[in-house]
Amino acid sequence: MMEWPILSFLIWLPIMGGFGVLIVGDRYGARQAALLVAAISFLISLPLYFAYDAAAGTMQFTETFKWIDALGVHVNYDLGVDGVSIALILLNTFMTLLVLAASWDSVKERVAQYMAAFLIMEGLVNGVFMARDALLFYVFFEGMLIPLFLILGVWGGPQRIHATIKYFIYTFAGSVFLLVSLIYLYTQTSNGSFFLPDLYALTNLSENAQLLVFLSFLVAFGVKVPLWPLHTWLPEAYSQAPTGGSVMLAAISVKVGGYAFYRLAMPIVPEASHDWALLVVSLSLVAIVYMSLIALVQSNLKKLVAYSSVAHMGFVTLGFFLVFKLQGLAFVDANVSGSVLAVQGAMVQMVSHGFVAGALFLAIGMLFERMQTVEISAYQGITTRMPVFAAFFMLFAMANVGLPGTSGFVGEFFVILASAKAHFWVAFIAATILILGAAYTLWVVKRVLFGEVNSSEVNKLSDLNRREFVILAVLALAVLWLGWWPEPLTRLMEGSIREWMMIVSPSDLMPVVKGSS
Amino acid sequence: MSFILVLIVIAPLLASIVAGLFGHKLGKTWSHRLTTGSVALSFLLSLFVFKAVALDSVILNENVYLWAEVDSIKMQFGFLIDNLSVLMMVVVTFVSLMVHIYTIGYMHDDPGYTRFFSYISLFTFAMLLLVMSNNFLQLFFGWELVGLVSYLLIGFWYNKETAAYASMKAFIVNRIGDFGFILGIAVVLIYANSLDYIQVFDRLEVSVVGGKGDLPLDPITQALGLSHQDLIALLLFIGAMGKSAQVPLHVWLPDSMEGPTPISALIHAATMVTAGIFLVARMSPIYEQSDMVLNFILVIGATTAFFMGLIAIVQTDIKRVVAYSTLSQLGYMTVALGASAYSAAIFHLMTHAFFKALLFLAAGSVIVAMHHEQDMRKMGGLRRHMPVTYWTAVMGALALCGIPVFSGFFSKDLIIEAVHHSELSAAGYAYVLVLLGVTITAFYTFRMIFMVFHGDERMDDETLLHLKESPKVITVPLILLAIPTVIAGFFVGPIVMGDYFSQVLLPAQNASEGMRDVTTIMVAERHDAIATLREGYHGIFSFIGHGLLSLPFWLALAGIGLAWWVYIKDDSVADKAHDKLPWLYRLLDNKYYADSFNQKFFANGLVYLGTSLWSFIDRLIIDGLLVNGVGRVIGWSAGWARKVQTGYVYHYAFAMVVGLALMLGWILLALRSA
Repeated sequence: MMEWPILSFLIWLPIMGGFGVLIVGDRYGARQAALLVAAISFLISLPLYFAYDAAAGTMQFTETFKWIDALGVHVNYDLGVDGVSIALILLNTFMTLLVLAASWDSVKERVAQYMAAFLIMEGLVNGVFMARDALLFYVFFEGMLIPLFLILGVWGGPQRIHATIKYFIYTFAGSVFLLVSLIYLYTQTSNGSFFLPDLYALTNLSENAQLLVFLSFLVAFGVKVPLWPLHTWLPEAYSQAPTGGSVMLAAISVKVGGYAFYRLAMPIVPEASHDWALLVVSLSLVAIVYMSLIALVQSNLKKLVAYSSVAHMGFVTLGFFLVFKLQGLAFVDANVSGSVLAVQGAMVQMVSHGFVAGALFLAIGMLFERMQTVEISAYQGITTRMPVFAAFFMLFAMANVGLPGTSGFVGEFFVILASAKAHFWVAFIAATILILGAAYTLWVVKRVLFGEVNSSEVNKLSDLNRREFVILAVLALAVLWLGWWPEPLTRLMEGSIREWMMIVSPSDLMPVVKGSS
Repeated sequence: MSFILVLIVIAPLLASIVAGLFGHKLGKTWSHRLTTGSVALSFLLSLFVFKAVALDSVILNENVYLWAEVDSIKMQFGFLIDNLSVLMMVVVTFVSLMVHIYTIGYMHDDPGYTRFFSYISLFTFAMLLLVMSNNFLQLFFGWELVGLVSYLLIGFWYNKETAAYASMKAFIVNRIGDFGFILGIAVVLIYANSLDYIQVFDRLEVSVVGGKGDLPLDPITQALGLSHQDLIALLLFIGAMGKSAQVPLHVWLPDSMEGPTPISALIHAATMVTAGIFLVARMSPIYEQSDMVLNFILVIGATTAFFMGLIAIVQTDIKRVVAYSTLSQLGYMTVALGASAYSAAIFHLMTHAFFKALLFLAAGSVIVAMHHEQDMRKMGGLRRHMPVTYWTAVMGALALCGIPVFSGFFSKDLIIEAVHHSELSAAGYAYVLVLLGVTITAFYTFRMIFMVFHGDERMDDETLLHLKESPKVITVPLILLAIPTVIAGFFVGPIVMGDYFSQVLLPAQNASEGMRDVTTIMVAERHDAIATLREGYHGIFSFIGHGLLSLPFWLALAGIGLAWWVYIKDDSVADKAHDKLPWLYRLLDNKYYADSFNQKFFANGLVYLGTSLWSFIDRLIIDGLLVNGVGRVIGWSAGWARKVQTGYVYHYAFAMVVGLALMLGWILLALRSA
């Protein structure tokens, strides 16, 4: 195993770098320094992919230190990653790098603080994806909100304060429940531990206790994802945030919610998750249809993408919670129940959504910098003035529609296939995204890209500059790569998901795993 | 061989990428040389493969790369090259090559010249991906990518509002079909646990002999009284209805004429719209299991064939006449599928690809000569100015009407005969409609020929002065397409009457699993109308002789005669008919009100629904009542009503949350002690 504490590096390097940038201040190349830190972080995260033994699927690169050991409280600094964590860590370091590059010109005030906030957030989010101790997880989970609130509240749009407070209330409501549940779980362990495997091993929870813990997880993480009806903070936060903030919210922050379901909620209280799976599946289906319909009628580009983004995240929670229905179901081949397919779909969807929603918000940000508005009606026929931009926007729109050959297809395809196994009508409702997604996306493409140029502002638009081109091109390659060859990603996660499946299976419903039977 | 197959697919893709990204650097000439050259290469290699498959009976089923392996399900890209796919490859690359050459002339002055070539090469790639696939995943890739290119090309002139609208409509309507398609694939996966065609055919126990026992059915499937084959066949056919524009998903195709004419020929007549027909033929082992769905296909196909043909009669835009004719002909192919005459459907697909591409390109030639005027009322007498266009168009028209010796005669006659011999319950309905459809087809086709090429020259003097035959780069493809339009019918012997589609067994991928071999097209004995025809077949000339004596030929002649009477002899008849039957004219002119219904009911309905959900649930109930309201309630109950009015409601939400958390903590502690 690696001697180098690579995981700690990935947490603390961006955080220290962030503080470094703060100290350097606006006068001396805060942008360059921040970009350098982000680039190094990204490079350090890459070896994780290659060094990780994906076939084993276990927690690797683990680190353990005693953190708090006083007054009878024992909390360890426990880190470790599996394939799923690595995928999300790579997404995080990758997107942070792009966001910093994209904010090069658009942020003009308090540049150092802005850059620092993103770096600190990057480190904390990495911590969320690595923590193997529930309290440590909680610290990172809450800590990442601080830079996020600052980004939103300081650099946001005119109604930023309102949006920030609303977001704060929602997340705070969730957090309180989360903390209480974690403390309760701690008291239930025999040795007084927040270590996640210890919490997974808890078997003495009463049915009611499981239910309450599950519900508090559901609220805490459901706000993040967000699940219907906990979503109304999102359109405002996304539309008021500066471009970088919207990207990080859409690409990273909501993934933390999905990841928390995977890492905490489902393995800790599998029985309650099993019993209440139908609720989450229903909420996910509502999200898919309801959010798509609302996206259809938005007049603001950012809000439209925001609602669309919630609809697509519905596939994540849907994929996760289908597992319980699928376990034990195997029609033809006893080795295949579809449950791994469902979780793979959810995870691929998370990564893809990071690329696609991130790219769409970046593209909208580029329009905003030119026109200072994100109202759809202000644009028409921009293809005439910005053909290169239009080509990129079309690609990302198609990824949003879930066209095969783009990353957007893969996760949705897996989840729809798996959900048909669980129940035909679940797949039927989920698949309506094919129609609704096409309707709202293509309608906005038509209104923004196509048609005659009818305003003098649009007529003055200039096409992408080199920096913008590189940013969108990198994302375009990512979207196409994942669409045409998702195998490297699914292979990374396959073993880990199988391992995980052993934990979330309520004892009487063990999945049929390959080789047994 | 594997390398050649990859090259056939990849060459147009690479050309498309290069022309798309570097077109402005390459310049027009090198862009069209590159793309046309790559498609020519694909065509030649396809011919080579055709020889290997059709003559030397080489069948290939191999995987190219692993796309993903999840849950022990291998999802691969790969090729199944058999008699069906290789025929499609030749047709697709041939028509595509003709269209590439034609485009050099047609799009000559368009600012989007290189972009156009990039798109049509990309289309060729996608279509090849579709027809050469050996699995459902790649099929769906090709399926959606041809849809994408179709969308991009319909909206090619993106500044035009109507084009932008038509492109969006085409994509969304196609997506309704794809919705069924993807569910069909999902159900396939449930019961077969594989996306590979051969494995699926085998595991669904669709080989016509024997059975492997019943699979457990989804409760819903049982409730609907469907078998899993019924469900799969039905869902996949919904996909086919979208792509092949069958009623009621036909509405996008006429509007697709907003795109440049070469793509109307390539995509919206010859190749892409026939993907649905190809799909059903490819899946014949599944469809043979479901009489219910075959009946459904018969009804849909016959309805499309007849009622869409009727609309063509009242169209005045030359491209729209051909477009409605395409809808109607796609209906004929669908009817053939329903009658289990898959080989006849594919044969008609092939002949139609030639003569309909020819008609579209001829229409394009006319449109160029008329300076982009498409209204036939402003044409007339063009045969004197454009002899090559005229004569090739007439050949296309005769083939479309099914006049003997022209290719369309053989394929259409077979379809009508097959329906006649089909024993399915919907066959009677279908037979009547396809017979009547013959007259309709002949009438609108020659109405178009007479209005455009005969009679007085009705265009303005300026246009008349400049009327001339199109340049070689346009007329040569017309001539090259006219050749198969005339002679392709003579292959009816081997392709339909012979055993082209049934002689070769497709090898199971791993024989160790004890899989049975299946043939390219499978027909259950109880459906085998073609076998009946085969018994009565005594060579090509007796077939023609028999055709001359049978009903469809005379019905076609009647249609042509009627067109001649109305549009050449006595032009008052049309007006009289119009005055006598105004309701019928209105019904046809409004295309049975399908568009306005869809707009009012579906499009506006969804927008209305979205608006209500947004303003009522999101903003009023969740935000207004719950988020803000909870804060208020707490505020009031605490007697801080005055502060509430200052707007700091969030403070109270805060208080509420803390209170709730304390409560939860207390409950948990209580539970613990219990």
